[in-house]
Amino acid sequence: MFNARRLILAHFWIAIAAFLGALILGEWQMIVRSPLHAWVDNPEHYYRSLTAHGSAMGYVFPTLIAMGFGYAISVSALKRNLLGLRWAWVALALVVVGALAAMITVGLGRASVLYTFYPPLVGHAFYYLGIVLVVVGSWVWVVLLSLNLRAWRKEHPGVKVPLAMFANVAGAYLWAWTAVGAALEILLQILPVAFGWKTTIDAGLARVLFSWTLHAIVYFWLMPAYIAYYTIVPRAIGGRLYSDTMARFSFALFLVFAMPIGVHHLFADPMVGSGIKVMHTIFTGMVAVPTFLTVFTICASVELAARMRGGRGIIGWLGALPWKNPAMLAVAFSFVMLGLGGAGGLINMSYQLDSTVHNTQWITGHFHLIFAGAIVIMYFVIAYDLWPQLTGRALQSLSLMRLQLWLWFLGMMILTLPWHLSGLLGMPRRMAYFDYTHVATSPYAWTVIVSVLGGAMVLISGVLFVAILAKGHRTERVGVEPYRFSVALHEHATAPRALNGFAVWIALMVALTLVNYGFPIWQLSRIESTSVPAIYVGGDQ
Amino acid sequence: MTDHASRSPDAEAIASQFELGWGVLVGVIIALLLGMIVFTAVHWSSMPPSRVEVVEASTLHRTGEFVQDNLGTAVDATGRIVVRMLAAQYAFRPSCVVVPEGVPVTFRATSSDVVHGFQILGTNVNSMVVPGYVSTFEMTLHGVGERAMPCHEFCGVGHASMWARVRVLPWSKFQALSRAKRRTSCV
Repeated sequence: MFNARRLILAHFWIAIAAFLGALILGEWQMIVRSPLHAWVDNPEHYYRSLTAHGSAMGYVFPTLIAMGFGYAISVSALKRNLLGLRWAWVALALVVVGALAAMITVGLGRASVLYTFYPPLVGHAFYYLGIVLVVVGSWVWVVLLSLNLRAWRKEHPGVKVPLAMFANVAGAYLWAWTAVGAALEILLQILPVAFGWKTTIDAGLARVLFSWTLHAIVYFWLMPAYIAYYTIVPRAIGGRLYSDTMARFSFALFLVFAMPIGVHHLFADPMVGSGIKVMHTIFTGMVAVPTFLTVFTICASVELAARMRGGRGIIGWLGALPWKNPAMLAVAFSFVMLGLGGAGGLINMSYQLDSTVHNTQWITGHFHLIFAGAIVIMYFVIAYDLWPQLTGRALQSLSLMRLQLWLWFLGMMILTLPWHLSGLLGMPRRMAYFDYTHVATSPYAWTVIVSVLGGAMVLISGVLFVAILAKGHRTERVGVEPYRFSVALHEHATAPRALNGFAVWIALMVALTLVNYGFPIWQLSRIESTSVPAIYVGGDQ
Repeated sequence: MTDHASRSPDAEAIASQFELGWGVLVGVIIALLLGMIVFTAVHWSSMPPSRVEVVEASTLHRTGEFVQDNLGTAVDATGRIVVRMLAAQYAFRPSCVVVPEGVPVTFRATSSDVVHGFQILGTNVNSMVVPGYVSTFEMTLHGVGERAMPCHEFCGVGHASMWARVRVLPWSKFQALSRAKRRTSCV
């Protein structure tokens, strides 16, 4: 891992610390709101925990995984030392200081506003400043990746950018632009109020700005997982990547279609008109395309691996796959969860169907299945795959790794499927307690208890994950081969010009965001009367 | 797949052909889904609330349609039934709404403080309530009886206790009630 070994390890361990803390909070929330426990004595504690869980899992954990994995890709795909190593440490320091500031503020009960902020509720300024620092740190990472790619291009004129690096930088650019929506909300709307310079805030405009970030941030979380699908899995299971060009095309499409779709989170909101809503619906349909393409390419790559190992028949080849390999197991689990979660996503984005599930437990189930399920299980694969490179020691307990992945998969299914069901029964989200004796809400009781069990399995799996990685620091040193990425079935020396750079895709990304968000933002920022007094939470301002 | 096969141009052409076929299938699936959405939106006029209507949140209590006396269910001169509701930390006003069964009702709601939302359990009535804006939509409820209506958007520490009710009455009972009072509710 060239000069970035310690840097990458630091990113992973801090990410994992945030992950483990948030996991424990999540299970605590599951228990106290279930019929197994008396009502939480102070609901503020529940929302405090929920804010910490969401902020750690949404802003800190995936950002650090993306950054650490991003540096790993940069050095091993470009085969050169990381340019700007010192700046990378500065970026990490910004993220850590920001995360601590935010978490301490939340822990003291001064910002129980949930990670989605919900102005005109306004918490202590340190919470928002902390989040801003995390984002600024990640923006330094974006610049560093971009500079490293530029330096490599200068040394290799006309050579095709390695797929892993192409996807990596695409993900970085996607994040840079994704974060702008929430950044505008925090800097222009919330912070002036949190500091007391202003006392009113337009909640409608804030929701529109946040929706710019809220959907595309999931694609930022998803990028490392997709990069692992394309560039780790085929190699790890002894196969080939079906198509390098299609992989590039999928990542380019994510850049274009991830942003101009966020209003599908606001179908039930009064401050956006039907025309804008239907436009965002159509673009949300488009963003399903790169995922469909990925499903094909990865399934075909996996089949190639099976046939290279002697697999035969229409279905029979499945038996020839290396199921004892954790990467194989994880990608299968990930696809099951991606399939179910993706189908749920198509329901959510369907203009009319959304009103049946909006703000119910269905939504909680949906994004946990996609993020905590399909995506995070690939983060595990990434960590397992990188660990020997980072420690110089082999991870020896394959059976423990398989157990960990099985527990995570089953736990996630047992956690999220009952959520989907109770959501269809109308169970609302974000409740600190429920009256399970009431005729309307008693049907939810058993689903909540089942979810508690799923959550417990997930927590055990998380602890196992940490144990496996920690143990990986103490095994014997082994000679480690240079890190490799998948090779395509039909490898070409060049890629189509548009798919070797980002200019076209970034232009489309910015233009489509401006087209789809320009009007609602312009319209709402012109109306003065919709600004309402802020409601400060967490004691004195 | 031998190395020989993987290098032959024919194999690559076949691979691309399969890929293209899948691409076309994906296009058809997405077009079909969006087609259904557009069809139901246009043909059944089934779509989320349609317009951006604003209201001054700081003067709600003393002027306009959301003053205390005007909340609840009203039958206007043209026979249109309108429910007006105000959400505030941590209660809806009125906390129990009366509507007739099987008759279209216009719902108008806003908030006097933070963002709220509600759904009527067992139906697909589902709306956000944002201060400064009026949420308005049409609904028709079937089945006489009482339905729960929780706030479904985080609105502060008391959020979990913010539940209202909707009582669906037979048309005759509703008529009798609305003749007796200008604004009805079941509080």
